[in-house]
Amino acid sequence: MNSPNLEDMGCGTSSATKDKKSEKALKAALVIQNWYRGYRARLKTRQRYALTIFQSIEYADEQGQLQLSNFFSFMLENYTHVQEKEPGLVTRLFGSSIQDKDRQDYLELIEIPDSYCGPRLQFPLTFTDIDLLIEAFKQQQILHAYYVLEVLFETKKVLQQMPNFTHTNTSPSKEITICGDLHGKLDDLFLIFYKNGLPSVTNPYVFNGDFVDRGKNSMEILMILFVSFLVYPNDLHLNRGNHEDFMMNMRYGFTKEILHKYKMRSVLMPPIPMDGDRAEKKNKLGTTTVAQGIRTSGSFSEQLTKQEWEQVIDILWSDPRGKRGCYPNTNRGGGCYFGPDITSKILNKYQLKILVRSHECKPEGYEICHDGKVITVFSASNYYEEGSNRGAYIRMSSGTTPRFFQYQITKATCLRPLYQRVNAIESSAIRMLKERMISRKTDLIRAFQLQDRNKSGKLSMGQWAFSMENVLGLNLPWRSLSSHLVTTDKDGNIDYMSGFQDVHIQKPVKEVQSTLIETVYRYRSDLQIIFNIIDSDHSGLISMEEFRSMWKLFKSHYSVHIDDSQFDELAERMDLNKDGSIDFNEFLKAFYVVHKFDQLTKSDTKLA
Amino acid sequence: MADDRDRDGTEIAVAEFHKKIKEAFEVFDHESNNTVDVREVGTIIRSLGCCPSEGELHDLIAEVEEEEPTGYIRFEKFLPVMTEVLLERRYRPIPEDILLRAFEVLDPAKRGFLSKDELIKYMTEEGEPFSQEEMEEMLSAAIDPESNSVLYKDYITMMVIDEN
Repeated sequence: MNSPNLEDMGCGTSSATKDKKSEKALKAALVIQNWYRGYRARLKTRQRYALTIFQSIEYADEQGQLQLSNFFSFMLENYTHVQEKEPGLVTRLFGSSIQDKDRQDYLELIEIPDSYCGPRLQFPLTFTDIDLLIEAFKQQQILHAYYVLEVLFETKKVLQQMPNFTHTNTSPSKEITICGDLHGKLDDLFLIFYKNGLPSVTNPYVFNGDFVDRGKNSMEILMILFVSFLVYPNDLHLNRGNHEDFMMNMRYGFTKEILHKYKMRSVLMPPIPMDGDRAEKKNKLGTTTVAQGIRTSGSFSEQLTKQEWEQVIDILWSDPRGKRGCYPNTNRGGGCYFGPDITSKILNKYQLKILVRSHECKPEGYEICHDGKVITVFSASNYYEEGSNRGAYIRMSSGTTPRFFQYQITKATCLRPLYQRVNAIESSAIRMLKERMISRKTDLIRAFQLQDRNKSGKLSMGQWAFSMENVLGLNLPWRSLSSHLVTTDKDGNIDYMSGFQDVHIQKPVKEVQSTLIETVYRYRSDLQIIFNIIDSDHSGLISMEEFRSMWKLFKSHYSVHIDDSQFDELAERMDLNKDGSIDFNEFLKAFYVVHKFDQLTKSDTKLA
Repeated sequence: MADDRDRDGTEIAVAEFHKKIKEAFEVFDHESNNTVDVREVGTIIRSLGCCPSEGELHDLIAEVEEEEPTGYIRFEKFLPVMTEVLLERRYRPIPEDILLRAFEVLDPAKRGFLSKDELIKYMTEEGEPFSQEEMEEMLSAAIDPESNSVLYKDYITMMVIDEN
């Protein structure tokens, strides 16, 4: 770049120096800005990758969940056959020990001790009870089971009288607020109420399902929502999400939370109506019947037909996508993907303007797609991990554009710098991914070796990525993630065994084969759920007989090829036989992943 | 012979670039319909290791946009342009020592730091100015809380370590 030499032109040295100086400063500023923007973009991308990992794994787990549901359906359908072979087992599984008792019968069983200093509700409920609960929960008090039951029975009674679709009217002076998934994150609900006000006749709300699971205050959220609903049944609307399902609750934490807080099992999930058909929008739909039909006794669980159940899954599990048409949701293993043409068609058919739905975590708390006709709103901030995403809620009324409000809960008083937050969520995501890899180690190695013709221990990036995607079933940016997972040589080839280096599954017993250890580790969530269902007296113990029968059925349905004798040997050597019973929690806890560079070793934080 | 091998080498390189570009693109393709919001294109390009200036980015976007800009960029248009950029090794990142010298230019008295106000002034008034969000984010990591200034040498070292 030829800039005229101002000194030569005799314009005086001081201004020339100043110009030169400011030119240098300009260039320096450009350098720094350029570098920073590059760095910041890479941080944001790393954050996005971490989110993609969390989401992929979550959806893969959901597939597992649906597979487990199918397993139970399979057992139900083959009831008689199974009954012949393993009579005791079936009685335990399907013989309902819960007769549909009367509300009074239940309440009579419970006494509130004088020492109880938690919140006391007064029926009929009023807004004072809402305030009372909120204050109590802020101080981490637990609502006594007696009141929980009262609220549940009352809610069930009211909900049963409501239709599947609810219509409300709004106006510019009476806007309605729509919230998405909360997943037990009480702080998010408090923040929404703080920013947007408590529910009331002039401040109506819709909560779009998934109130429970994953967060640690599912119960408290449910209580606040149900009590608010009972006080304002025409202004607080609850829609069902796919997590309002007792089997999901067993995998994703609600059951565990209840057991921990109340030491008893089934909280009767009352039927929640489908949707709210607003003046200009349609919400996600739900049904009036409860679970899948395993508990066949009692008036509250009318068994759905297979077709009806499939419709429910379609409604509660589907996601909008850019591709036209309707096709199976392969990510989640249930429901479908629907395109903008489907949205237009349905909205036109019912003369609706917008579809507001939830079910998918979005980095900004909400997302608009399908030409503005579909809005996804998600209200659990930091859903996967601190820093993973914002939460949001929407305010709208007929004739106005929806307004979005975003937030993010943070533990510290001021937000940590971006790079620290990204580091945290990235390490967490990579850790989860590594655990996934180790649980499929045998299959992965087999796939790698198939491609490694000359047994060099190395594969090209393309080959490695291909195997990883195939075996793990996760659609991830493997090339970009490879630096976190494996070592690459200077030619760009991957040492595929290096991926298993600093992680291993703790072997509870030395003599047992790795494949068995790996299999039990991989299916530990499913096994836990199955065992919990068998353990109808909630003792934490099942007989060795049942343990063996369960394993055999499980094996055949999941096509797992492990010798029965291996499994027996494992149980025996673990010396968990206490009077012929197995403590299955102890059994499953013994299978965990060790990360080489950890101080603590237990990493199974997500086990339901 | 050498030409054949070169061609093979380039073909393989191109194939790998294509896959890398596709991965980076897909992460921002929320609706899975091979388009991304034009506002995320800068992030995608930078995530692939390139460091275009805002002006250069503007030009690149013009190349990949539709005739009538829709606010979305399609993968079919993005891929060939980005492949060229990678093959030609355009917009190489700034080496650490150049970055350090840039800070030193802004600190002629050689104190070893920049005050918070000085940094703000330069970043928001000179060159291709920062937005408020960019400025706040940079400050949150760069400011040493005790001295309330930017100890740029330490800051650079920290960022470089983090990236590697």
